[in-house]
Amino acid sequence: MNDMIKKVTQLLTDKTIDVFIGYGKGSADRSRAIFVRTAEQAENLVFSANCTQNLAGYLLKHEVKHLGKLGILANVAALRSILQLASEFQIKDGEVLVLFANPDGSFTEFLDFHSIEGYLLTTETGITSGEQERIAALEAMSVSERWTFWNQEFEKCIKCYACRAACPMCYCHRCTTDVNQPQWIPVASHERGNLDYHLMRAMHLAGRCVNCGECANACPMDIPLNLLTYQLISPIKAGFGATAGMKSDAVYALSTYKPDDKENFII
Amino acid sequence: MEKELKILKYSELSKLIERFRSNGYPVLAPVRKGKVVEIELVESLDAIALDVLLSTQSAKKAAFPKVEKVLRYTLGKSEVQQFPVDPEACPDTILFGVRPCDASGFKSLDAIFGEAPADQFYLKKKEKTTIISFSCPTADEYCFCTSVGGGPGNTAGSDLQFTGISKDDILVEILTEKGAKLSLLFADLLSEAGASIDKSKFLADVKVAFKVDSVVEKTTASFGNATLWLEQSLRCIGCGACAFVCPTCACFDFQDEQNTKNGVRLRLWDSCGFSLFTLHTSGHNPREVQSQRWRQRIMHKFAYMPEQLHVVGCEGCGRCSRACPVDMNIKEHLTAISLI
Amino acid sequence: MQDFEPKIVAFVCNWCTYAGADLTGTSRIKYSANVKIIRFPCTGRIDFMILMKAFENGADGIIVSGCHPNDCHYSTGNFHARRRWIVFRNLLNFTGIDTDRIQFSWVSAAEGFKWADVVNNCTKKIKELGPYENYNKIAVSTLFNEEGTSNE
Repeated sequence: MNDMIKKVTQLLTDKTIDVFIGYGKGSADRSRAIFVRTAEQAENLVFSANCTQNLAGYLLKHEVKHLGKLGILANVAALRSILQLASEFQIKDGEVLVLFANPDGSFTEFLDFHSIEGYLLTTETGITSGEQERIAALEAMSVSERWTFWNQEFEKCIKCYACRAACPMCYCHRCTTDVNQPQWIPVASHERGNLDYHLMRAMHLAGRCVNCGECANACPMDIPLNLLTYQLISPIKAGFGATAGMKSDAVYALSTYKPDDKENFII
Repeated sequence: MEKELKILKYSELSKLIERFRSNGYPVLAPVRKGKVVEIELVESLDAIALDVLLSTQSAKKAAFPKVEKVLRYTLGKSEVQQFPVDPEACPDTILFGVRPCDASGFKSLDAIFGEAPADQFYLKKKEKTTIISFSCPTADEYCFCTSVGGGPGNTAGSDLQFTGISKDDILVEILTEKGAKLSLLFADLLSEAGASIDKSKFLADVKVAFKVDSVVEKTTASFGNATLWLEQSLRCIGCGACAFVCPTCACFDFQDEQNTKNGVRLRLWDSCGFSLFTLHTSGHNPREVQSQRWRQRIMHKFAYMPEQLHVVGCEGCGRCSRACPVDMNIKEHLTAISLI
Repeated sequence: MQDFEPKIVAFVCNWCTYAGADLTGTSRIKYSANVKIIRFPCTGRIDFMILMKAFENGADGIIVSGCHPNDCHYSTGNFHARRRWIVFRNLLNFTGIDTDRIQFSWVSAAEGFKWADVVNNCTKKIKELGPYENYNKIAVSTLFNEEGTSNE
């Protein structure tokens, strides 16, 4: 940790960066994002097992961007978010200084997207076995059991849009939910409004989701939203050979095609 | 009315719910659903989670649901026919097992919705709701009711309050006419309580974190302190979780949903944390950035409401802090404001 | 369920399937009247949310149809649509929406017979499946009853 504080202090003093997004101590056993701009603030940096938030979402937050040149403490999910955002032309190479927190407490500085891409090839980036099991359990159900399951989950939804706000890929200035001419997604948080919203969100993240799990973590009503997009990862990989957040110049799987894309349901 | 004290056996609680149900009262109570606790209609005591610190959402939906139909209409060739929804068409309901901060939260809502023109949809539902609160034997570090004038045994807003005073016994405080009327349903289960019972012994110890007067004064003076609001809200991601779980947040939106022949007008929860909340049709947004929206949230509760409605818009339940995906801790932020 | 006449909405592209359906008519081939055709410029324009709207407004089944691969009037619209359908169908299936109720097909302007087959077979299948009760429970029309909304 001291290494990190020293490093960040130095980066700030020599003006390599103006602000460093890292973790600080939060309420109870939580951690929280902090925005370090001075050597004094750097002393508040911590890194422990509960520092799991994907901080990459902050890179596009208006007020954070305007603090100056950004540095960030990234975990694997944040590294992938950065590459995905780069592939969507939201971040340029060299624009953000990336420190990666290794599991052993040391850290690596990534100088460019290329080195992030190289690193990600050597590390585990998939969804966890627990998540795989939950998806498999749902897939083993009948269609109508799945309908009941999701209906009960979506019933809890209060449309606070924490899932959208927490997602590093949900950066649209005007989200489909905000469009009212025509009103695609009912504003109301009734059963139909909730179902429409979550289907839309999952579809718009298909092929872009980097399985960081922020949506489900953010949900105050504990809805396992991440499963919706996680479930689409393997068919997109198998069908189109695409995985989000692995290359900074990747093409979005749903904005391209192959003449021989395979399906078995069109007559 | 003067408050009355009675004793009820824990073992009789299930009879209480049975009697409410058999007399036709819907009972809303905290129910566990996985990791969250919802306020829902229940049929029996078994379904009720009485041991939880707080439900995830507040109890406000008893009188201010997240989706509420306020008008029906039909579309003819050239005319629209309206069918108003009767605000009185809601059943007498019992809100059971909520916490004192939920009950007192209705005081703020009463003030907001009671302001002219009075909101009949809220007021009728509220009028028809009898609140049985359970005082708090425990609290956690997010709780700060005692800092905003409440407390773990605060009876404001409750019609009846139950306090566990031993393994077997519950102290029943009958606080209002409405509560007295309801207690007639189970009068035979109540015994006299000795005047010597010291309720405070059975309540959680919630430390006072800040002086509310100081927060009100400093907030009112801090409108222009952009740095304060920016620093506090840098990590805020602009969702509406805080407002939707809050017992006193009352902002709403109207939306029409219709097909070619029929339509309804719905009232829905809204939140000042959303960027769309103040967006004008012209494209101009007077609260353009998140720090201004955070300022609004705090100033509404601690400057505007005290000034206009003579209540502080916060009960210290700490739900917003628990629900916040990015750990915006309101107790901490208010403490900081009080120390400016 | 003998008398059940399903409501089926067909979203078709202007250049192939719509012209194909026209040919069905001019060839005097009779097909099921349960289908209501909505014409789109291209299958690439048929957003997934449009399909949801159909179910929400009481459709029991949906047909989505356009030009065969390589025949798109705009060269690639149907290729993009195909990818989207592959993903969307996966998602619908995972959320418990009955994908048997959505028929995707390629019908060219010359395939009048095929269009009649697609519609007839789809109608037959939906008749067997019955009304889409799960979705009907949350349809737009459920809001129009006289009851207020509950506080639950």
